[in-house]
Amino acid sequence: MESQLPAEFVVDVDYEKCRRCKRCVMNCSFSALEFKDKVTPNHRQCVACHRCATFCPESAITIHENPLAYRYGYNWTPEIRKNILKQAESGGIILTGMGNPKPYPIYWDHMLIDACQVTNPSIDPLREPMELRTYLGAKPECLEFNSDASLKTELAPQVKIDIPVVFAAMSYGAISLNAHKALAMAAKRMGTLMNTGEGGLHEDIAGYSDNIIVQVASGRFGVTSKYLNNSAIVEIKIGQGAKPGIGGHLPGEKVGEDISKTRMIPAGTDALSPAPHHDIYSIEDLSQLIYAIKEATDYRKPVSVKIAAVHNVAAIASGIVRAGADIVVIDGFRGGTGAAPMIIRDHVGIPVELALAAVDDRLRQEGIRNRASILVGGSIRQSADVVKAIALGADACIIGTASLIAMGCRVCQKCYTGNCAWGIATQKPELVRRLNPEVASDRLCNLLSAWGHEIQEVLGSLGINAIESLRGSRERLRGVGLGQEALDILGIKHAGIGQ
Amino acid sequence: MKIDGIPSGCAISGIMSEEGRRIDGSVIIKSIACMHDRSNGLGGGFAAYGIYPKRKDQYAFHMMYDNIESKEATEEFFKDAFNVDKDEPIPTFRENGISNPPILWRYFLEVPENRLKFITERDYVMKTVMKINSEIEGAFVASSGKDMGAFKGVGYPEDIGKFYKLEDYSAYIWTAHGRFPTNTPGWWGGAHPFTLLDWSVVHNGEISSYGINKRYLEMFGYRLELRTDTEVIAYLFDLLVRRHKFSTDRAIMALATPFWKDIDRMEPEQKKIAIAIRQVYGSTLLNGPFSIIIGHSNGMIGLNDRIKLRPMTAARKDDMLYMASEESAIREIAPDLDEVWSPKAGTAVIGALRDVE
Repeated sequence: MESQLPAEFVVDVDYEKCRRCKRCVMNCSFSALEFKDKVTPNHRQCVACHRCATFCPESAITIHENPLAYRYGYNWTPEIRKNILKQAESGGIILTGMGNPKPYPIYWDHMLIDACQVTNPSIDPLREPMELRTYLGAKPECLEFNSDASLKTELAPQVKIDIPVVFAAMSYGAISLNAHKALAMAAKRMGTLMNTGEGGLHEDIAGYSDNIIVQVASGRFGVTSKYLNNSAIVEIKIGQGAKPGIGGHLPGEKVGEDISKTRMIPAGTDALSPAPHHDIYSIEDLSQLIYAIKEATDYRKPVSVKIAAVHNVAAIASGIVRAGADIVVIDGFRGGTGAAPMIIRDHVGIPVELALAAVDDRLRQEGIRNRASILVGGSIRQSADVVKAIALGADACIIGTASLIAMGCRVCQKCYTGNCAWGIATQKPELVRRLNPEVASDRLCNLLSAWGHEIQEVLGSLGINAIESLRGSRERLRGVGLGQEALDILGIKHAGIGQ
Repeated sequence: MKIDGIPSGCAISGIMSEEGRRIDGSVIIKSIACMHDRSNGLGGGFAAYGIYPKRKDQYAFHMMYDNIESKEATEEFFKDAFNVDKDEPIPTFRENGISNPPILWRYFLEVPENRLKFITERDYVMKTVMKINSEIEGAFVASSGKDMGAFKGVGYPEDIGKFYKLEDYSAYIWTAHGRFPTNTPGWWGGAHPFTLLDWSVVHNGEISSYGINKRYLEMFGYRLELRTDTEVIAYLFDLLVRRHKFSTDRAIMALATPFWKDIDRMEPEQKKIAIAIRQVYGSTLLNGPFSIIIGHSNGMIGLNDRIKLRPMTAARKDDMLYMASEESAIREIAPDLDEVWSPKAGTAVIGALRDVE
């Protein structure tokens, strides 16, 4: 069937400037550029990944949104009309990648941070210690000492991170091995963690075990005793913010020899993650898996449970903590993905800001907040979001999309095609090669360093010199433009109200 | 030697006889009056230990009432919750310009034994304090310990001291506070010291970590109703020392915790303890500028924040331990001292009664 869909973007080549080096043509992985005597765009194929424009030595390429006019309709937006055309042509679920792009309220942008004036001096982070070190893991309610003053209480395993930002779970399969290597190297250098996602652990990064969270998801890809023990933390993935209640599907063409080995499935077969874990049909089953993993790792690794933020998240999180999890990861509805049905990505779940506030409150009301660390993501875009998340009660944040952008991702939302021009969300060797792990790792380290400095600046302006004095200190946040109900859920006052 | 105070912040002063000798209240008034310019007349107060020796086994409740109704409601509650051995107005001298005092009354209370089947005596008393402060409109517990009391109000501390006739009391520990309120309104209940059971706190500074200290304490059943950051200090000491059975040193390690850079250089056993305390008690860290003097039945503790953003001088003479915002306030009452020093940031000065286990 001939497509009626108009092109989304228009590629403009300035032939005055173009010297026909064909670099753009070689770089385009979406077949949007051909060379027929001159560089000839195939506009329909363009996804605005900017690869051509970035590498054109003459800056001769610009990409515009297709200015094609649509008769105005508040209800029938061009996007909705295009989606109907797509489905009328394909008869299928619309697939997409990355996080929810819809203009839902972003609560981070409706919260403002306090600062010191006069009565409590602000602190200069360049001159005074400014501590970001955080330990993830279950804490006892109190410490006990022996009569000789030595410590009697034995703490559950704790994992140290030097900055309260951890790379989010992205599997080898969804992203390339070079991307995984870059994340592992950066995590080690910055004293934080990367997360293998559900695709197993490639032997090339097995050496980074102290900085790796290994994931156990419903497909159980690559899960062995060695895998579980080759980690700092083991994470059970129940859900993902971009697609709560949905499994995963890595198409067979991406399952090459390396991925086949890492995931322990035959090459060329689809890697299917069922929607639920078929051994977890309720909370008591989750508890069994948590303790099975603790047994398998000799109680030396914190066990984390990752869930998507859904309506009843507070009660679910409380159950998870009581089931024995040392860490709860809450992934908001704006979290990213390599592939998800658009209907799920754009319409299911709740904002992580509200979920986090509700979970932290609930655990405190039940007196069990100490029993698990809380990590949140989906989506953390900037260090200000990290500061606000920690003030709401998180121990640390996870970043997926932000880390991909640091490596070169242009958020074109075509991860599911496997054609990523930047060598990130692809398994094609000629594309993977484009991502230099060392360079990408440097970029990740730079991002984390920058955010670390920014968080320190904010702590200093708040007059505190340790991140634990920010954690859960909602008194230091004020809402702007929020209704009373949102303020109550977030547990913050409106701007203009003093103490 | 007299040095003028800097016209900012609050003033604190504390004196203690480690021998347990009792000293009358005029001495501490003289010391705190020396720092007049550090307060602005919107709050002053004192805590005194050893003032009720004849009733030292009874809980002495110093109450403030906005009106007669709140007094009646509280007394009704006391009758039910305690054996009230004696109650009387707190003696005051009303001719020195202190305006609009609340009704000030004190009660000597015993806990009926049948109340203690499921709860310790001190937890029981703590709960009643929380209940009165949060549930009886217009009633406020100024202090609730044994053989001690808090005397506070709105005014300059030296005027408050005369108002309460402190020269008629003698105590082995006195702490005092002159207030320059900035972030919380000046009201009688809001003056320092803040107390709970026999803990009392006078505080110069601001607890920038108040938000999380408060939420942490709430997990343990404390209710923070006083619209001020200082009460968290009293409650945190109560939680750590009384309920979690921490030594003073360990409590200090939680409240003004060492920096990681210093912890990383500690001896292994000490390091293990310090890391565990920061991991488990991070929410108790008092962050922000402060110097505080904490009083309790067996001693007095002076403490600064981790980077010493508020002043504190300490001194000793024979059995006496002195602490104050300024050296002048110590020299005013003890010109000849054996030893004077500025305690380091985050390092506590600890005074303890001799002959007490």
